[in-house]
Amino acid sequence: MDPDSTARITDTIERIYRGESRRVLSTLIRLLGDFELAEEALHEAFRAALEQWPRDGLPANPRAWLVSAGRFRAIDAIRRNARFSALEELEAHGHEIAAEEHGSRDEDIEDDRLRLIFTCCHPALAADAQVALTLREVCGLSTEEIAQAFLTPVPTLAQRIVRAKGKIRDSRIPYQVPPPEALPERLDSVLRVIYLVFNEGYSASSGETLTRHDLCTEAIRLARLLGGLLPEAEVDGLLALMLLHEARRSTRSTADGELILLEDQDRSRWDRARIAEACSLVEQALASRRYGPYCLQAAIAAVTAEAPSFAETDWHEIIGLYDALLRLAPSPVVELNRAVAVAMRDGPADALALVDALLARGELRDYRFAHAARADLCRRLGRKAEAGDAYRRALALSRQGPEQRFLARRLSELER
Amino acid sequence: MKYLCLVYLDEARLDELPDAECVAYDREIRGSGHCLASEALQPVHTATTVRIRDGRLGITDGPFAETKEQLAGFYMIEAHDLDQAIELASRIPPARVGSIEIRPVRPIRETVAAAEALGR
Repeated sequence: MDPDSTARITDTIERIYRGESRRVLSTLIRLLGDFELAEEALHEAFRAALEQWPRDGLPANPRAWLVSAGRFRAIDAIRRNARFSALEELEAHGHEIAAEEHGSRDEDIEDDRLRLIFTCCHPALAADAQVALTLREVCGLSTEEIAQAFLTPVPTLAQRIVRAKGKIRDSRIPYQVPPPEALPERLDSVLRVIYLVFNEGYSASSGETLTRHDLCTEAIRLARLLGGLLPEAEVDGLLALMLLHEARRSTRSTADGELILLEDQDRSRWDRARIAEACSLVEQALASRRYGPYCLQAAIAAVTAEAPSFAETDWHEIIGLYDALLRLAPSPVVELNRAVAVAMRDGPADALALVDALLARGELRDYRFAHAARADLCRRLGRKAEAGDAYRRALALSRQGPEQRFLARRLSELER
Repeated sequence: MKYLCLVYLDEARLDELPDAECVAYDREIRGSGHCLASEALQPVHTATTVRIRDGRLGITDGPFAETKEQLAGFYMIEAHDLDQAIELASRIPPARVGSIEIRPVRPIRETVAAAEALGR
């Protein structure tokens, strides 16, 4: 084969790697019953492809070829190493592996991707391990990339992933899509992981950068993948919620990273295509009557996004949606957000009474946004001393550069 | 696969759980074939802890660790995977007032036997 076509086929293999490696991996995990074995097998399969495809040409079904090459190389490796524990496992799985004639049918592969997602997000794994494992195995991010995104040392993150895989193996966490009666609870766990990834990217909990954008892109990609595999209203709800945040992302801070409040954001720069997609997802999800907290949060964000201006936002609608959300999932943070909407509909005095009652209950005592909200309401009511105290309290609790500078600015404006 | 389900609860709340209810579940899980062994334990004040240090036997009154919730009983179960073990454990009545710790059993005898077989 001439060098040109060799280069072409190498490009094709790279493209297939990007598009298919996660699918092939998820099937290999099912066939081999072990994450580590499957990862080695995946590497071996692509190494074999780089050797053979330029010589023999592209197989008719590259994905099936890769699955079968990976499977046979794993079996070879187990025999060669003659690791007794692996041998035992092979005996247990042997029939299954040998009998797996249809292992690479498209629908099986799609099921495998879903199995992989549910296994990585199994609630028996620690929350931070679920996140790391999902980004590593489902999204294919490297350990270094994940460590960097989460501001975690690489060895710590690697250890977290190794430990999670060890627990999957030793306590036998099944590689399966949960049965219908367990699905709502298990889906919650998956959605929580996806939203954690998004939030980590959207608003880093500490440090100077306000957005670590790759994580947002990954979270949205994950939600789309999940929605395609498992049509559930809450998946669409979460996807819509993230799209709505993402649509406004570029307007929520200045070029030098200073915070811009919702009321001051340039709405002409909001991403209308994303908003339109999100709104239609929300409508569908609400119409299905199977909606949950994510759909309602998305609906609230949608009302905000569709308003021509901050002042013209439909606060009645928003408060109604918050009431529905509180019935479904009571939370002091949601009550606080509702109070902020009440300030817009009924004025700051009514809202301040709600915020003070919330603070008196104690759950939000160390929640910086509760103090920032109280500060803002006091400021609008002309109660300067109380506003100053609350800004200082919020400032002391904030760990984020732009947020701290915003609060400090408000505080100095107050004192002028 | 074998899992040991350790039943922990605050002994002060023991009277919230009628014995009859616990025994009813015990009968059910034994009848299902998933239960290999199960027992309830006497309260933790009856515990004795034994350890060998520097070749000398040490005996102390009380449990290995003082905790708010105490080990009150156990079920040794046979389950296909962790999800099934969770399902079986979630129906142990003390799960409502205490907690059930699920621990997969390490097949230590099988591992040693396999190593011996390979060594021959």
